[in-house]
Formats: sequence, structure tokens, C-alpha cells
Amino acid sequence: MIELLWLVPTIPVIGFLILTLTQGKLSEVPAGIIGAGSIGLSFLVALLVGLDFMAMSEAGASSFSQNLWTWMAVGSFEAGFTLYLDGVSLVMMFIITGIGFLIHVYATGYMHDDPSFSRFFSYMNLFVAAMLILVLGDNLLLLFMGWEGVGLCSYLLIGFWFKDPYNGYCARKAFVVTRVGDASMALGLFLLFANLGTLNIQELMVLAEQEWEVGAGIATAVTLLLLGGAVGKSAQLPLQTWLPDAMAGPTPISALIHAATMVTAGVYLIARTHVLYELAPDVLFLVGVVGAITLLMAGFTALTQNDIKKVLAFSTVSQIGYMFLALGVGAYSSAIFHLMTHAFFKALLFLTAGSIILAMHHEQDIFKMGGLRKDLPWSHALFLIGTLGLVAFPGFSGFWSKEEILASALEHHEGGYILFLAGLAGAVMTYLYSFRLYFLVFYGKKTHDGHEVMGLHLQGPLVILAILSVLGGFIHIPVEAVFGLAEEHHPSVMAQAVMILLPMLGAVAAWWVWIKGGLDTEKLAGSGIGAKLHRFWFTQWGMDWLYDRLFVFPYTGLAKLNRKDFIDSIYNGTASLTRYCHSLVIESQTGQLRWYAITMACGVLLIVTIGVIV
Amino acid sequence: MILVWLMLILFVGGIGAWLTESRSPELPRVIALFAIGLDLALVILMLVAPGAIGLTPVDNGQGTWLVLFEAEWIPRFGISFIFGADGLSMLLIFLTVFLGMISLGAAWHEIKERSGFFYFNLLWTLAGVIGVFTSLDLFLFFFFWEVMLIPMYFIIAIWGHENKEYAAMKFFIFTQVTGLLMLLAILVLVFLNYQSSEVITFNYFELLGADLPEEVVMWVMLGFFIAFATKLPAVPFHNWLPDAHSQAPTAGSVILAGILLKTGAYGLIRFTVPLFPEASLTFAPIAMTLGVVSILYTAKVAYAQNDLKRLIAYTSVSHMGFVLLGVYAWNAQAVQGAVMTMLAHGFSAAALFMLAGGLQHRIHTRDLDKMGGFWGVAPKMSFMALFFTVAAVGMPGLGNFVGEFLVLLGSFQVSITATAFAALGLVVAAIYSLIVIQKAFHGENTNNYEFADLTFIEMACFALMMIGLLWMGLYPQSMLDLAEPTLRSLNVVFP
Repeated sequence: MIELLWLVPTIPVIGFLILTLTQGKLSEVPAGIIGAGSIGLSFLVALLVGLDFMAMSEAGASSFSQNLWTWMAVGSFEAGFTLYLDGVSLVMMFIITGIGFLIHVYATGYMHDDPSFSRFFSYMNLFVAAMLILVLGDNLLLLFMGWEGVGLCSYLLIGFWFKDPYNGYCARKAFVVTRVGDASMALGLFLLFANLGTLNIQELMVLAEQEWEVGAGIATAVTLLLLGGAVGKSAQLPLQTWLPDAMAGPTPISALIHAATMVTAGVYLIARTHVLYELAPDVLFLVGVVGAITLLMAGFTALTQNDIKKVLAFSTVSQIGYMFLALGVGAYSSAIFHLMTHAFFKALLFLTAGSIILAMHHEQDIFKMGGLRKDLPWSHALFLIGTLGLVAFPGFSGFWSKEEILASALEHHEGGYILFLAGLAGAVMTYLYSFRLYFLVFYGKKTHDGHEVMGLHLQGPLVILAILSVLGGFIHIPVEAVFGLAEEHHPSVMAQAVMILLPMLGAVAAWWVWIKGGLDTEKLAGSGIGAKLHRFWFTQWGMDWLYDRLFVFPYTGLAKLNRKDFIDSIYNGTASLTRYCHSLVIESQTGQLRWYAITMACGVLLIVTIGVIV
Repeated sequence: MILVWLMLILFVGGIGAWLTESRSPELPRVIALFAIGLDLALVILMLVAPGAIGLTPVDNGQGTWLVLFEAEWIPRFGISFIFGADGLSMLLIFLTVFLGMISLGAAWHEIKERSGFFYFNLLWTLAGVIGVFTSLDLFLFFFFWEVMLIPMYFIIAIWGHENKEYAAMKFFIFTQVTGLLMLLAILVLVFLNYQSSEVITFNYFELLGADLPEEVVMWVMLGFFIAFATKLPAVPFHNWLPDAHSQAPTAGSVILAGILLKTGAYGLIRFTVPLFPEASLTFAPIAMTLGVVSILYTAKVAYAQNDLKRLIAYTSVSHMGFVLLGVYAWNAQAVQGAVMTMLAHGFSAAALFMLAGGLQHRIHTRDLDKMGGFWGVAPKMSFMALFFTVAAVGMPGLGNFVGEFLVLLGSFQVSITATAFAALGLVVAAIYSLIVIQKAFHGENTNNYEFADLTFIEMACFALMMIGLLWMGLYPQSMLDLAEPTLRSLNVVFP
């Protein structure tokens, strides 16, 4: 059955082709069946493949690869369409097809009555296919193909409702900003090939270990360049600015692409090439630092947002920060574990937010919500479960993964405690902004009525995601063969108590501020330092402002200034000069014979004189 | 001989088209269809089943030639008819004939006036290009270089848009002046070769490896380089292109962008570097820099344009920058990348110009600021625009990516700095491409344009080019394998 692996990405491609070639003429039901069904089918095939793979790994094999055809072979460079399955790509494959299927089903309800229903699902299917290629590629070039493909689909889906130019702006911003990272990653690929002569991931790892010393400059350069790609895709500092704007897309997109799958590609990339990073310990630590700073920054920013989806977006940035932190301390399996549990609860949160937005007739401002727990009992229960997963409440899925990360950071030999403290502070922030969101939406004074939109395809996937958000922490991910056996961490009881109980203060604080009214936030944010701080946090530390001035305005400004292409004026200048000279000598063409005779005589005289003198 | 037939069919077809116009204005296009169709069938046969038409590859010690034809012309001056086609030439001939067919599709309904003379010019340009891609005698090469130029001048000057005389004249002067430089260089080359070997010859094979005095060889090389770099075009010789493109009729743009630009790249690969290997090596850093400048500078200029065709024209220069970079990196990956870029850009740029031309035909403006929301009006056209824009951005899975990736992979081994800057091309390409989609197809249709979506002929043309780009993107090996023997015979470095 494992030979069916190629079908896993192919089925979504077929779905995409059918939906595209029918040019939107399919009505909603068949388009929905093809769109969601293809992913469902792909998931079933993935299950079969997975079962077979598990049986194989019992027997001792740790990976399976399937060569489809040679993509390009030039000189010593060779890259094939070759799929590679091991524990990590297996987990990713299940997340992508499984969560992807649930989100597709939900989307058939969410996108109901949209005139471009079929186009939506065609892009979604293409996305899933590209994401599967990203995680199944056995060489970095194939991975890059998936990497660019998901970026394209992200662009298309953020700008899905293209009539509003703002959506188009957000889509372009996402594409261009991540492309900066992609360019860096491409350079990383070139450098790897120039030094090791291959782009096959497994070969690279073996060769690098043989040929590079720990801390070698080349390892540092390569991993830094790849990190550039990772921070772009995964919306980490300094390239995180696109993700909040990506929320302009339909909510299922935010759940699938901008929470569960694509934005975790950077984590996958680093985990995938972790051997290279271990040869560059400084860069590996930098990964952790990037994660730590990002998770704090995003936490503060989430606290100030008033759009329900933007709060969730920043919480995604923050949670991916945790994954980077885990990578930075070498806890790769914890990073992948958190990637998975995050996919569960964040998909649940986004989709529930989608239901709330539907119920509120496309209102996204949390200050216009409030007191909705009676009107929207389903959404309330589901959102609470998602929130508890997000804040890592004991027993919920996020708890297991986040505790692993914090414990690994705590016991990491050098500098780990700084990362640990950042992670702990971030955990407090997570409680604070999550419960702020929860309280503002579901408690307090009701200002608008909401009407729950019901349907099996809406609530069904949510219930499954809710179950996963609760129990997902007990899933064992088979990644030992890739990362080696994870170290067992046994933090002291004291440390454990701190890790579990301290962050809960965040929830208490949220309750005190937004339920009890113990603090007038408007007043605080309205004057003096409070206002400046609020502004600073709200604008993600002013980075958009900075980038606009550093890059965007100079580029567009200079481009507009040189619209006429100054080089052209050189040629036109030559032409003008010729015409000018022409107009000068035209004066001499008088047509009078005596004038010609005189000038000729003068000319002869001049030449003779020169001849005599010289 | 079959190469001669390919050209003769077009030459004769052209004359036939001209002569029959007086009988019926519909007749010339039918004749053109037959001529190009016959050529296309022959070329496909040559590629797929050479044995069936009696072709056996010959190895003359300087490459393996699917066809090699030699006949005397002016023996006194060592000028002869030498036509040869190896893998690289075959790829480019296929591109030429294929896009010739596409340009016919673009002209089918658009050209109403003096159609006979139009198709005459179209067919003669194509014949000239095939001549350029197959001539292995420098005099013959120069002859065809001129043959493809003059009909193109007429196409722009007669069937062009509002500012056609200016554009046609500019096109003519740029190519003519630099063409004369090349002629001069050819003559000096032949003369120098005569001094050292006592033989007057224009034969490419005999001039390869000619013993040339070091102090002049750089100048001779520059003569060739400037002619080809103007055709390519590369900054700072690119200024004829935006004008020519924005004024040319759609079919003219398709041929210009799709085929004519490639003759410049072909000239660099076939003539400039192999004839002057040392001088080229010395010159490589400058050429590569020009390539990078082309990529980045024109991408920036493109972004600011509001004339759709001008914008696409500038992006062409940007993409050709990758070709220049790749050729002067001169290793297998880079040159293969340059070849793939030539082919893929041929398709994607031709398609984009056809879209722009189709739009202009429908709404009588090229001004992007007046467009918007066309997805609602013409979804098929918008989808095609999206597809070919995405191809031009360099999306993996489509041909352009393979080309640009290989160029960068190869050039990285020669110059890390140049490659690092060129990689920024990936970013700026996204900036100028997506703005087109936004301004024309997304957003609101504020001017309430209403027009018909793509016709059947247009759809067929775009579908063919789509399939071509997917093929190049997913299975480029089929083309890389064809070009490889050529590159080996030209002494490209195979790392």
C-alpha cells in the first residue's frame, strides 16, 4: 500500500484540475464534493500509506522513498520528483490532509452562496497539493517547489475577494514579504550545492557531517540563509509583518494556511535540516532567540488588537515562536509536537471565530461583540475548548507540548534559562490575551444579537477538532528515528508548579480587568505613556512603519521618478543633438552660387594657410 | 536540405500571400496558415522521428548535427551556404515555428488592412529567424540577421499604433547601427584570420579557434557583443524595445518578444563566446554585471509603467538579464538555464503580449489606470493572465522557474555577489507582476468596460502555450537532453 504515496499529492491536483477546467460552471454541491472529497480521499490514502509505514518501521525500516521521474539533471546537478516518507513527513502529511479535510468540509458551509465557490475550492486543493509536496519532497528543490506553491495559493486566497483593493494589497504584501525570505532560501540552496554537490536532503546531512566541522563558517552561512526562508514563511521576526494582514482572506483560509499548515513550514524546514543547524550551534541558538523575541512581541501585540482574527493571527505568530524556541534548544520532536497540537486548537479557534463572524453578519470587532455565550452556545463551548488548548491548560493538548518545550529550554545547557523565562512570560501573556478575547466576546454586556448558523458541515468538523484539541496531547508522534530519542526531562516539582500555575495569573488578570472592571483600559491606553505603549504594541513595534520608510517608499518613489527611464533620454538626446546640428548647417544651404563660391575659396585658403604654417 | 525547405516554404508562402491579396483579403492568412503549418509539421517530424524523413545525425568533430547542409556561394571570398541544426538550433526553430503559429492566431482577426503584405512580412521574418538559427557561415548569418529585421520594421511601421513611425525608426536604427558594428567585426575577424592562416573564409567552423592578436580581439568581440546585447536586449541598449512593443500590432509583439529577442541570446551562445573564449572570459564580469543591472533596473522601471505593453516589455528585459548572466557564467547549469529561460520566456512573454494586445483590441487602451475588475467581465482571459503572470514570476512547476533557477545555480559557482543581487530579481518580479493582476483584473471595474471574453482561436493559442510551459516546468529534461550535446561541443564547462 505504501506505493500509493504518490497518490496523496496527486488526488488534490486532480481536484484542482477538475474545478479549474470546469471554469466555475459546477454548482455548489458537486464543486463541494470534488473540493472536499479530494482531500478526504487523499487523507484515506495517507492513512493506508501510514499504516503500511508503521508496519515497515516495526520491521526496522525508518523511511520510504519513491522516485517518480527525473526533474532536471544538468552536469553533476540532479533533482528528481522523488517523494520521501519518514516519521516527520508522515505526521505532517496527516496534519495537512486530516485537518485540511475538516477545514474543507467546514468551508463548504462557510462559503455557501459565494459566487466564486468553485474557484475557492480549486485554490484550496492546489494549496493542499503544494503543501504535501513541500513535506514529501526528498530534495530541497522539490521542497522549494511546494514552498513557492503554497505561497502562491496563500496570495490567491488572501486576495480571494478581489473586489476590495485592500484585500489585494494584503495578498501582495504577503507574497512579496515571504519572497524576500524565499530569495534567501534559494541562495542557501545554491551555497549547499556549490559546497556539497547535491540538494538531496538525506545526502546533504550525511555529507555535511563528514565535511564540515562544528561551527564552520559555511555551516553558519547556509543555516542563516535557510533561516531567512523559514522566518519569512513562518512569520517570525523580522519578516512577520505580512501575517496579520493575511487575515483579509476568508476565515477557512486563515485556519488552514495561516495557522495549521503553511506558516509552520519554516519549523518543518529547520527540523528537516536539523543536522546542518547542529553544525552551526550559534545559528541554532539564534533560532531560539528569534522564537523567544517573536513570541513576546506577538503576545503584546495580540493584547492590543480589536479584530478577532488579528488576535488569533498574532497568537499564531506567538505560538510558532514557541516552536522556534523549541528548535533552538534542540527539542525538535517537541517543536513538531507543538506544531501538531497547535494545528488542532488553532484551526478550531479560527473556524469557531468564523462561525461567530457568520453569526454576527461579518462583524469582526470584538468590542462590538460581548455577552454572546447565551446566543451562541455552540461557538461558546468550542471556543472555550480551543482557548484552553491555546493557553496550555493542564490536560488539554497544548499543555503537553508547551510543557515539553519549557522543560527542554530549562534544562538546555547554555543560555536556555533566558529562553525559558521568555517562554514563561509568553505563557502568562497567552493566558492574558486569550482570556481577554474570550471574555470580551462571550461575557460582558450584550450589544448585538447573534444567530448561530447551524449545519452538520459547520459544526461537525468543529466537534472533531475540539476532541483533538482536548485529547491530541496523547497522540504519539513517531519521530524518534529522525531526531533520535528525545531526552527525558524531569523538571523539579517546584519548576513544574511554576510552569503550570504562574501563567494562570494571566487569566486572573484578564478576569480582573475585563470582567470585574478593575482597570480602565481605555483610559490607560488613551493618555501619556500608556498611549505610546499601546500604539507601539498595536503596530507590532512599528515595524510596518519602519519597512515602509526603509524599503517600500524608496522603491516605489524612485521607480515613479524614473518612470520614463533616464537611459532613454540619452538616446533621445543624441537624436535631438543631431537635429540641432542639422538646423544649424541648414542655414548655409542658401542656394546662392556666389555664397558657395566664397565659402569654397575661404576653405581652400584656410587649408593652404594651414599647410604652409605646418 | 530540409532546413532550406523550411525557409523556402516561408519565403514562397510570403510571396504567395502578397500576390493573392488582390483576389481575396482572406486568402493570405490561409496561405500563411498552410506555410507555417507545413513547417511546424516538418519540425515536429525532425524532432520526433528524424529517421522517418531520412535524417541521420552527423558528427563533424565540432558538434553533432541533425542536419548539415553545405553549398558554395561566393568561393572567391570563402563565403558558402552552410546550414546546420543541432539540439540547440532545433529547440529554437521549434520555438520560432510554434510561436509563428501563435502569432498567426493573434493576427487572424486583428489584421484587416493590406493583409497580403502583412503576412508576407510575417513569413519573411520567420524565415529570417530560422536562417539566423541555422547559418554557420558568418556572412550568411549576417544576411539573415538583416532579412529578419526589415520585414519587422514594416510590421511595426504600417500596422502599429499611435506612435508607430517613431517606434519603427528607433527599432531600425538600434538594430541597424549595431548590426553594422557586427558586420565590421565579422570583416575584421575574417581579415585577422586571413593574416594568420592565409585563407579567406567566413566558415564558422574554420573561424573557431582562429589565431587572433590579443590587442584587437577584445574590440572584435565587443562588436559581436553589442549587436547581440542590443537584440537581447540588455541595459543600456534596451530602449528600442518598450517603444517597439507598445506600438507593434499583437502578432508583431508576439514575434518580437517570443523569437527575435532569442536571436541575441543565441548569437552570444553560438558565436560570441566560442569565437572569442579568452576575451569573453575577461569580459564576463562586465557582462554578468550588465545582466544583473538589467534584471533589477528594468524590473523597477517596469513597476512604474501604466502602459500595459510597456510594462511587459520592460519585464522582458529583466528576464533576458538572467540569460545574459547565465551565458557569461558559462557552465552547464547556467547555460542550460539560459536556454530554458529563452524557451520559457518565449512562451510566457508571447502569451502576455497577446493578452495585452487582445485587451487593447477590445477596449482601445493600454492604460492600466483605466482598467480594473476584468475578472468579472472576462474570466477566461483573467485566468490566462494570472497563469502567465505566475509563470513569469518564476513559479516552480512552470518553465521560467527551471530556467532562472539553473541560471542562478550555475552563476553562483562563478560569482556569488552577482547571484545574490540577481536573486533579488525573484522579489522584484513579484512586485511588478502582481500589480498588473491587481490593476487590470482584480478590483472594481470603475469604467464599466464590457467586452467579449477570449475567442476559440485565442483560447486554443493560450492552451497550447500553457501546456508548453507546464511541460518545460515539469519535464525540462526532455529539452535539457537536446541542448546538452550542443553545449558540450561549444566547450561549456561541465562541473
